[in-house]
Amino acid sequence: MGLAIVAEDLRKRYGDTVALDGLDLAVPEGTVCGLLGPNGAGKTTAVRVLATLLRMDSGRATVAGCDVTSDPRAVRAKIGLTSQHDAVDEALSGRRNLEMFGRLHHLSPAAARRRADELLERFGLSEAATRPAKKYSGGMRRRLDLAASFIRAPRVLFLDEPTTGQDPRNRNEVWDVVRSLVAEGTTVLLTTHYLDEADQLADSISVIDRGRVIASGTPAELKARVGGSQIDVVVAAESDLSVAASAVGFACGCTPSVDTAVRRVTAPAVEPVAALGAVLRGLEDVGVTAEDVALRRPTLDEVFLQLTGRPAESETSAEEVAA
Amino acid sequence: MIARLQWGVYDTWTITRRDLITWVINPVRVVGELVFPIMFVLLFGYVFGSGMVVPGGGDYRDFLMPGIFAMTMAFGIGNTMTVVATDIERGVMDRFRSLPMAPSAIVAGRCSADMVNSFLGLLITIACGLVVGWSWHDGLLNALFAVLLLLLLRFACLWIGIYLGLIVGSPEAAGAIWGLLFPFTMVTSAFVAPELMPDWLGFLAEWNPLSSTVGAARELFGNVGAETGSSWIASNAVLMAAVWPLVITAIFLPLSVRRYQRLSR
Repeated sequence: MGLAIVAEDLRKRYGDTVALDGLDLAVPEGTVCGLLGPNGAGKTTAVRVLATLLRMDSGRATVAGCDVTSDPRAVRAKIGLTSQHDAVDEALSGRRNLEMFGRLHHLSPAAARRRADELLERFGLSEAATRPAKKYSGGMRRRLDLAASFIRAPRVLFLDEPTTGQDPRNRNEVWDVVRSLVAEGTTVLLTTHYLDEADQLADSISVIDRGRVIASGTPAELKARVGGSQIDVVVAAESDLSVAASAVGFACGCTPSVDTAVRRVTAPAVEPVAALGAVLRGLEDVGVTAEDVALRRPTLDEVFLQLTGRPAESETSAEEVAA
Repeated sequence: MIARLQWGVYDTWTITRRDLITWVINPVRVVGELVFPIMFVLLFGYVFGSGMVVPGGGDYRDFLMPGIFAMTMAFGIGNTMTVVATDIERGVMDRFRSLPMAPSAIVAGRCSADMVNSFLGLLITIACGLVVGWSWHDGLLNALFAVLLLLLLRFACLWIGIYLGLIVGSPEAAGAIWGLLFPFTMVTSAFVAPELMPDWLGFLAEWNPLSSTVGAARELFGNVGAETGSSWIASNAVLMAAVWPLVITAIFLPLSVRRYQRLSR
């Protein structure tokens, strides 16, 4: 199996700001690679360089076997790009939009029209085909935008925060579409700051911070790096939190983290089953009533926190984009 | 090489077509294009016009129409700027740039679309003029020459619009910039003869590139108010109506191209 995307030592700076600081990436054909990181980590810059929108200062990259710097046109013929904007002409209908982008892909007018109809059908927009895009719902516009990046069934699809600012239903729709495209052999590079999105879609994840990859692997591998399982204890009363925390800490042999807002104590467990028993006994000994006790795999949020020493700030980023 | 050129023309046509379709699917646009000249003709021709003096005498609406034609062309700066800025903000520009199309067609398509739009807009405005009693009096050939000079002004404004649109990058900012530019399109000989203004303002109005086109149009249409004033700039209106747009284009076309290339930096 060949590599659909190869990036070696990509560097890009804007004045004093280093956007890419030696980024490396290797994405096998037919897989989804998630680029995960907070805002300003360099995710979007990386995508823009690979999609030929931005020239890198130094480094080497090939996409679908074509060199990004020396042969950008060949790359453009093989890629699709969807960013967080709905990059369609709002005055035009869905069909006219897709026809226009088809012609710009150098399909004949007849072929562009045929392809437009196929894509409208496939993305569930046939009934809205003749309505102007500005009258579409947010989810429909998103699908039209995805359809537009799929005119030529691209070998490589770049999705730059495709579900930012979308409600959960639209998000699920986008995920379904992406899964069906991947099933047909498209390679996807997905940037996101929604950790569950990467978890849902990606075969491999590269965590980016300050313009370089600081960790990569499958979602399971990354979670394993945090130290196996996590134990969550939710107590009934907030006043019990500190007692519960010391009991859990004693049982797991570490300092647990406490989330006061949801009255939850969380601790990693190296020996999950034994630790769970010890936690339950410990809580009983100190007389604390637990509303819920759960043993679970760590989330990517915890992975990110562990790797960078800071939370992924997914909430604030979403607000910034919305503003 | 030839194949590339052919694709360039095909892509330019595709982008132009994108704009022309909106005339067909959106009749409101035709109404919008009509409202502006009608409003100006009513406002200046009838509301202010009753108090206006034409140097050397004559009908004010005869004096006014060439001014409105030139204004219509200058307002193209605002249109072009807004469309370019919207394409950038919506990510449409990025989408075009990620397609295997000829990159030059993005700008060339904008260019030809705006020229066609403006030509249609000018025809509508001329029709408005004919309705209120304006006409050309110096032969069809001279009239066509005047139209050509008006379109040349629009061509120059196009490049100012593209350049500013690339810089501001959002339609809201484009609106704000247009608010600042708008007064400069008013300090001209379009509505009032510069010799009736305070000296310094009259000087500015005479040297405003728009005034040269206005003066040239008056002269070639054979309307009243041609060659008002004795200054060199006023008496060489036809020459300057060709020179000014060429100078503006020579400045803003390379600036726009450079700015466009900077999108990938």
